[in-house]
Amino acid sequence: MRKIFVLILFFTICISNFNIAYSISPDVFIQSTVNRASKVLSENISKEEKINQLKEIARETVDIRGVGFYSLGSARKKLNNEQKNIYSNLFENYFLKSFASRLAEYTNPEIDVKDKQILNDNYTIVNSILVATNDRPEIKIDWRVYTKNPDNPLIRDLIIEGLSLARTQKEEFASILNSNDGNINALFKTFEEFSNK
Amino acid sequence: MIRFLKIIFLLFFLGSNSFAGSDGELELKKKSKTTKDCFEPLNRATFAFNQGLDKAVFKPVAKGYRSLPPPIKKGTGNVLNNLSTLITIPNNVLQGDIKLAGINTGRLVVNTTIGILGIFDVASEIGFPAYVKEDYGQTLGTWGVGPGCYLVLPVLGPSTIRDTAGMFVNVMGGDPYYNISVNGNNEYLDGELYAATKMLSAVEFRATNIESFENLEKNSVDFYASVRSLYTQDRENKIENNQRGSIKVIYKEDEDWEEIDTK
Repeated sequence: MRKIFVLILFFTICISNFNIAYSISPDVFIQSTVNRASKVLSENISKEEKINQLKEIARETVDIRGVGFYSLGSARKKLNNEQKNIYSNLFENYFLKSFASRLAEYTNPEIDVKDKQILNDNYTIVNSILVATNDRPEIKIDWRVYTKNPDNPLIRDLIIEGLSLARTQKEEFASILNSNDGNINALFKTFEEFSNK
Repeated sequence: MIRFLKIIFLLFFLGSNSFAGSDGELELKKKSKTTKDCFEPLNRATFAFNQGLDKAVFKPVAKGYRSLPPPIKKGTGNVLNNLSTLITIPNNVLQGDIKLAGINTGRLVVNTTIGILGIFDVASEIGFPAYVKEDYGQTLGTWGVGPGCYLVLPVLGPSTIRDTAGMFVNVMGGDPYYNISVNGNNEYLDGELYAATKMLSAVEFRATNIESFENLEKNSVDFYASVRSLYTQDRENKIENNQRGSIKVIYKEDEDWEEIDTK
């Protein structure tokens, strides 16, 4: 009986260590993500190539589908499955283009992760700063990291100097829907026009 | 003295809606923080006008300002900040933050004298706490006055009914610099200098945000709505005196986030 207990204990410890070994801390995840992005931005390659590489990093590290449905607000509850799929695809194209071209304007940004605050099992906020240069002051950037799957944390929002990008996007989409009597096709058309710009 | 009483009366009058017929705290908790865009078509037209004005006047001037030597830009920014403490101090008092009003008065005295009319921020150098601007719109907000409808003012840009009322308080005696310049009898200051100072503040703000605005405009699907959202978020943070990056800001709208499950 005692041997069985020791054996169970041994396996329990092994399994818990195995999990720890494969989960990634949200602050380490953010620092490694920004380091990857910084490396791309400081490389001597074309802007187009930079944008493509940044899109790839965003695909791996951002919960694009989650951000998309959050940004849609209560309108997401009215969509059927087909509309949800169309929305997800169009939003992904819009998001990647918008996100990558925003970042591509910076050259060699230095971001230092400072702290993290665990909100609950699903979310951790990672606090960082964009180091000041001669042209701009230091900027505080907080990252809302979705940690439901600790092995694969994903970014859900960027809060720059207290201003949430996801909330801004949500209010933009709401404005477009309100101006078009809540017609989701108007938003689809806006995404298509933006992606084709 | 009469002017000061007028300001207090005006602010209490504007703030009274939030207190009438309630126990105050309960009402404040229930009050919706949402800023309604009641005049959206008019606001959008004014926004378009402001954008045109910005492209023709403010942006080129801001670019010129950016090319000035850094010490001149730094000195100008310091002078403008020093002048703004004249509005911040009475608002610290009206918000009940007497200690901070004292600190900011000390800052004003040190920078105006040793800092030569505010050109040098000596107060920060000798260890005064970081300066945070306050205005009458924020004071009304801390008293529980809701933002009211969103407004886009010609030339001045985004605002709300509450924040516009706050701006009126400045010219009704709430801004000592305005009082001395416009109403005071002195040979050094006048209304034109006051207007020039305000214009310079706008140019300085624009100059520090050239890339941010360009980037935002280029990557927004509705630039007007983006600016409205950023303005309202910024005002909410300022009214709640949230340090940027604080947990209070980050916690907002958590319920909505919790509903999204993509795993």
